Amino acid sequence: MSPILVIAGKEIADGLRNRWIVGATLVLALLACALALLGSAPTGSLGVKPLAVTVVSLASLTIFLVPLIALLLSYDSIVGEVERGTMLLLLTYPITRADLLIGKVLGHCCILAIATVVGYGGAGLAVGLGQGSDPQSWAAFGLLLVTSVMLGGAFVALATLVSLLVRERGTAAGVAVALWLAFVVLFDLAVLGLLVAGQGVIDPRLFPWLLLANPADVFRLANLTGFDNVRMFSGMAGLAADIRFGPGLLLGVLGAWVIGPLAAALLVFRRREL
Amino acid sequence: MNAIAIDRLTKRYGTQAALDEVNFALPEGALLALLGHNGAGKTTLMKLMLGLIRPSQGRVEVLGCDPAGAALAFRRQLGFLPENVAFHDEMTGRATLRFLARLKHEDLHACDGLLERVGLAHAADRRVKTYSKGMRQRLGLAQALLGNPRILLLDEPTTGLDPVLRQEFFAILSELRQGGTTVVLSSHILTELEARTELVAIMRQGRLAAWGSLPELRKAASLPIRIRLSTPGAARGVAERLGGLDIAHVNDNSVELVCPLEDKMTVLRHLAGLGGAVTDMDLHLPSLDDLYVHFGHGADRKEVSP
Repeated sequence: MSPILVIAGKEIADGLRNRWIVGATLVLALLACALALLGSAPTGSLGVKPLAVTVVSLASLTIFLVPLIALLLSYDSIVGEVERGTMLLLLTYPITRADLLIGKVLGHCCILAIATVVGYGGAGLAVGLGQGSDPQSWAAFGLLLVTSVMLGGAFVALATLVSLLVRERGTAAGVAVALWLAFVVLFDLAVLGLLVAGQGVIDPRLFPWLLLANPADVFRLANLTGFDNVRMFSGMAGLAADIRFGPGLLLGVLGAWVIGPLAAALLVFRRREL
Repeated sequence: MNAIAIDRLTKRYGTQAALDEVNFALPEGALLALLGHNGAGKTTLMKLMLGLIRPSQGRVEVLGCDPAGAALAFRRQLGFLPENVAFHDEMTGRATLRFLARLKHEDLHACDGLLERVGLAHAADRRVKTYSKGMRQRLGLAQALLGNPRILLLDEPTTGLDPVLRQEFFAILSELRQGGTTVVLSSHILTELEARTELVAIMRQGRLAAWGSLPELRKAASLPIRIRLSTPGAARGVAERLGGLDIAHVNDNSVELVCPLEDKMTVLRHLAGLGGAVTDMDLHLPSLDDLYVHFGHGADRKEVSP
């Protein structure tokens, strides 16, 4: 068996043992169900597809929760092993450092995928089958699942990079929380501030491109502008007319947010002496 | 063929030299005991032999390869037990060993046998969290033995092992050595090594302070023998009859004297002639501890060339 799979398998087994998988799945499932039930209440008479509404609310939930879960899952993946002393032994085994790193990131992404697909899947099925849907809504829901896992992957990779750069677990935890604040809360505020303060100075056509610098915004754009019916309920119809990033480009950028930090982590890890 | 060849090996951290121009070669199947107190460079030397860190200067060759650049197949021939070995607390002993065996592409069936061999079979399905220090050490030993390595590097392997297990540990080592495995171990419990080591390297401040077999080192250190005579009630009389010998200590019931190693037999013959006044005699050869103190801390450093 490939060493990457051995490492990934162990991470998943760890996730099952310490109930990370169960916990994350439950949190996502509970919130998704709550949103699905609340979201479907006011739309009944408007003739809209409830599933499309659910996609909009789940996308907002994902932006807050999935990066947080990913960061908490991965911030100590390297520094924790170094601190406990298990890393030294692992590195004397016949595996490359790339195997070890990719295995860990893959394992954590699988944990997130299980939590997202199970947690959201239940809510999506309940709404879609019970209250009405159309093929486009299902496609939007599928895109939501895929991009949620990718967003999680991006933050898993970022957290792993952090885990390599710091010397103590506590520092890694602090940086992880700071990253969450920066990407999920502060970034949008900063862009908004720039938009207001820079009126007439900065070309407004620049702003859509700024959003690509944040994986959470890329995720938002991909989900809220990807499909017509979703676009309508997300309040993004106007914005989407201005921003003409195709879904392919957005998925590509989100993928780059996974690969980029991972590649940086590989470079750092190869030079690291223990 | 030399299993390990080390040539002018230097490792610096900043301006601090953790290892300074160390040279030695170790033939296949040898057992080398690395002695030295904390910070003497033992662990740094092991990490270099494992390829975990790269030398600042000089060369290290293990089984004919550079460990830091060698192919992964090279690492399958290594077994390593780190100092204060740590495992994932939540995994059971058996799961830990099977995980590591998979990484080493070893047969999973071998795991149960290894657990049996190190005396952990009864606790194999308990979490490592519940293990005592000695049990962790045994698990560490089991993983080091995975796949019958050709080179075994053991950093303080016997800490936490009870005397019975220590015996078993050395029995396992000699069994492996008969199969051609080269063993390097570091330790500070010196007495247990005495009977089992042919080669001793004493490290001090990153340098090799002494290298050789125990008799060679004894000779190089020229530490005196201590002889203690039990002479109930007649200590002074005996002391007077000792003539030119170097008397270290006298009290009512005993006389202690020191003599150079090469004069041992002459002195013993003389002592045998003392008759009934001497009821007992203790002979204390310079032990590994004495050598360690001499080479590892001693003020006048004597270089013994490898």
